Amino acid sequence: MRTLIFLALAAVHAAATSCTGGDLAVFGDVVHTMSGESLQPGVVLIRGSKISAVGRAGTVDVPAGTPELHARVVTPGLIDAHSTVGVSGFLNQNHDQEQLEKSAPMQPELRALDAFNSRDELVAFVRSLGVTTLHTGHAPGALISGQTMIVKTHPANVDQAVLVPTAMIAATLGGGALSDKPDKPPGTRAKAVALLRAELIKAGDYMRKRELQDLEKRPARDLHLEALSRLLDRSLPLLVTVQRHQDVMAALRLAEEFKLRLVLDGVSDAPMVLDDIQRSGFPVLVNPTMGRTFDDAQNFSRETAAQLQAAGIPFALQAGYESYVPKTRIVLFEAAVAAANGLSFRDALASITLGPARILGIAERVGSLEPGKDADLALYDGDPFEYVTHCTGVVVNGVVTDNQPR
Amino acid sequence: MPPRCLRIVSVTGRAASLAFLIAALAVGGRAGAQDQPTAFIGATILPVAGQPITNGVLVVQGGRILGVGPAGMALPPGTAVRDVSGRVLLPGLVDTHSHIGEVSGADGSTPIQPEVRVIDALDVHDPSLQRARAGGITTANVMPGSGHLISGQTLYLKLRQAHRVEDLLLTNRLGRVAGGLKMANGTNSRREPPFPGTRGKSAALVREKYVAAQDYLAKIERAKGDATKMPPRDLALETLGEVLSGDRVVQHHTHRHDDILTVLRLQKEFGFKVVLHHVSDGWKVAEDIAAAKVPCSVIVIDSPGGKLEARDMDWKTAAVLEKAGVTVGFHTDDPVTDSRLFLRSAALAVRSGMTREGALRAVTAAGAEILDLKQRVGTLEPGKDADFVVLSGDPLSVYTKVLETWVEGARVFDRADPKDRLIATGGVGAGNPRAARLCCFGTWGGDE
Repeated sequence: MRTLIFLALAAVHAAATSCTGGDLAVFGDVVHTMSGESLQPGVVLIRGSKISAVGRAGTVDVPAGTPELHARVVTPGLIDAHSTVGVSGFLNQNHDQEQLEKSAPMQPELRALDAFNSRDELVAFVRSLGVTTLHTGHAPGALISGQTMIVKTHPANVDQAVLVPTAMIAATLGGGALSDKPDKPPGTRAKAVALLRAELIKAGDYMRKRELQDLEKRPARDLHLEALSRLLDRSLPLLVTVQRHQDVMAALRLAEEFKLRLVLDGVSDAPMVLDDIQRSGFPVLVNPTMGRTFDDAQNFSRETAAQLQAAGIPFALQAGYESYVPKTRIVLFEAAVAAANGLSFRDALASITLGPARILGIAERVGSLEPGKDADLALYDGDPFEYVTHCTGVVVNGVVTDNQPR
Repeated sequence: MPPRCLRIVSVTGRAASLAFLIAALAVGGRAGAQDQPTAFIGATILPVAGQPITNGVLVVQGGRILGVGPAGMALPPGTAVRDVSGRVLLPGLVDTHSHIGEVSGADGSTPIQPEVRVIDALDVHDPSLQRARAGGITTANVMPGSGHLISGQTLYLKLRQAHRVEDLLLTNRLGRVAGGLKMANGTNSRREPPFPGTRGKSAALVREKYVAAQDYLAKIERAKGDATKMPPRDLALETLGEVLSGDRVVQHHTHRHDDILTVLRLQKEFGFKVVLHHVSDGWKVAEDIAAAKVPCSVIVIDSPGGKLEARDMDWKTAAVLEKAGVTVGFHTDDPVTDSRLFLRSAALAVRSGMTREGALRAVTAAGAEILDLKQRVGTLEPGKDADFVVLSGDPLSVYTKVLETWVEGARVFDRADPKDRLIATGGVGAGNPRAARLCCFGTWGGDE
């Protein structure tokens, strides 16, 4: 009841302030800061859109009259390391499916920002379960499907919500991006890699020529090659979806040849090539734990996350892309099943908070509860991973966005 | 958690109760399971038919349950005892709607094909069957898809170890292979001609066919056994005749509130027995469903949408239907949701307001009722089939593992066995066909 009253107070508070948020104190019987030991009990003090103090309850000076939220468990706002929410729309009709443009096999120039619908129902839905940051954009399923972005699940104005407008360029090697139509290459794995190599060589030439002093000899600006050149100058990683072991090795070979930064995605066969992944130093966005084990993903194990953890490979969990139902998975639930399959509670929580924040290069802003970081929090009435626990509140940038138990 | 060391101890010298002797005589000689009684002791038993029993005893013999009771209850002489202390025993789960076994039904030639049978198209070696056992499922209604108004005859299967589909069958009270009839309305069955293009046309086509089946039955009735007056045998109308006679339950895919009411309207017109499946909008028309006394088989999906008619899907559906007094079961719709996580559906319903008792009933006894098998399965009661699941803890906890699944007194899944563990967790080889023993040439399939 106390919680409800405070939630109501907070709701009034939130409505009365602008989207930058006001002062707020969030108390938890347990506060998982992820930056150090969990606090029991703990408090997170928020000023504006940022966290101003975190500590054991009683050690933090909470000014009188500060609106309060209370919960059994408080965590950092969850980060979905790889999703298509907001791009692959909720209704799954032609008009709301923006995740795969099929007119050409490689379209790295497609920006996620131009495709993202911040008001799609699933943005608010995943937020209501604690997700405050999404790495979303063009989906697996084309050799290069386009760019991805990192965005908060609030506010609804995408230009205000965006954290990183272009995060990665999304590619797929293997069965998921092969066609059986001769006029729609690639039709084979080898052809896919050949196309990719030829295009990267073209982009390398373009980069060199764009540097020429003689303006007459400089090629005209080309958005396609410009996007690819960001892979070659290592300012963007290639997010490469690879399920089978031979596709993992093909991706590593490409990275070696072109000195690319990779983020390996999916990686069903990871246990078969664990040493190679480890040596590469590239992080892994592992398949959703409950993902279907069809086709290239038939070797996927619910224990892969635990194996990556044991091998010391940086990884994060993801909701991934779904073409049917559920239209999106919930990264909280995927982490829960990983926690039930060999990953410790803390490592599972890290795989949807600080882990992805580091892999995505946004750990300065989000992923843990520390002074100076964005005030993104999720509140639960029990172990967040238990099926019957509810998410009772969500705070994004200091604003209480959700206060109904889900 | 490492598998516990389990001990089998023969109990002798204990007094045998008369009740046990009578029960033992009643089930004696049943094939395919142990003859010696076995008692599982020390577990928390959730019989679903009654209150939970902490430190309970479950006694099985000959594929049936002999007794369920508290610690110290009398055991028949010669009972083997298995200590399952700290575990939780639940009746085998009943999945009221699944597509395991790479099953297929009707083809694309026409929207109404009641003559098509799942029995002719099920691969018993497909790993999906063992995944279902790994999820604690012991009985499943395996159905053809929802892309037709009528896509064929479903099968109610017992997930015994099997070499052929015949090993999995149940017979109904008429001695026929137990199963229902799959029907669908809404958008999935709206396709290019000859399929219907609208909801109105969908209902009209179905009504037309049932009217023809009524005529067919009437002709048979009028023939009074005279072969010369009998209509030519028609497999489609014969099947619909079983539906009209109440011998075959319609298992009906339906999502939107208006489609649900259309099913209830048809049910009233033709008087068939029907179960509503998926019922995404069930929470909007719960009172109508309750008034029609029609059970529901609910699917729980992680997020709403994915298709137009599931836009208002809500985890609260099962709770709202329960409150309205509707019989509620759940289904996996495997591969839509994963059979290994069937209990998760019940747990998410509890998260959204369903009672724990109702949710556990839904995956067991209510499922049995929906499949017209409540005489045999769904609860742990003397005389019922010895179908049960050994769990590591609370059935509704994410951390709980299915340790063992038993069908008719035979263990069909054992997490302590590396091959079964691989199926439970996934991994290299988990997608291969299940190895089968051949009489004379060793084994084939799997990695062997």
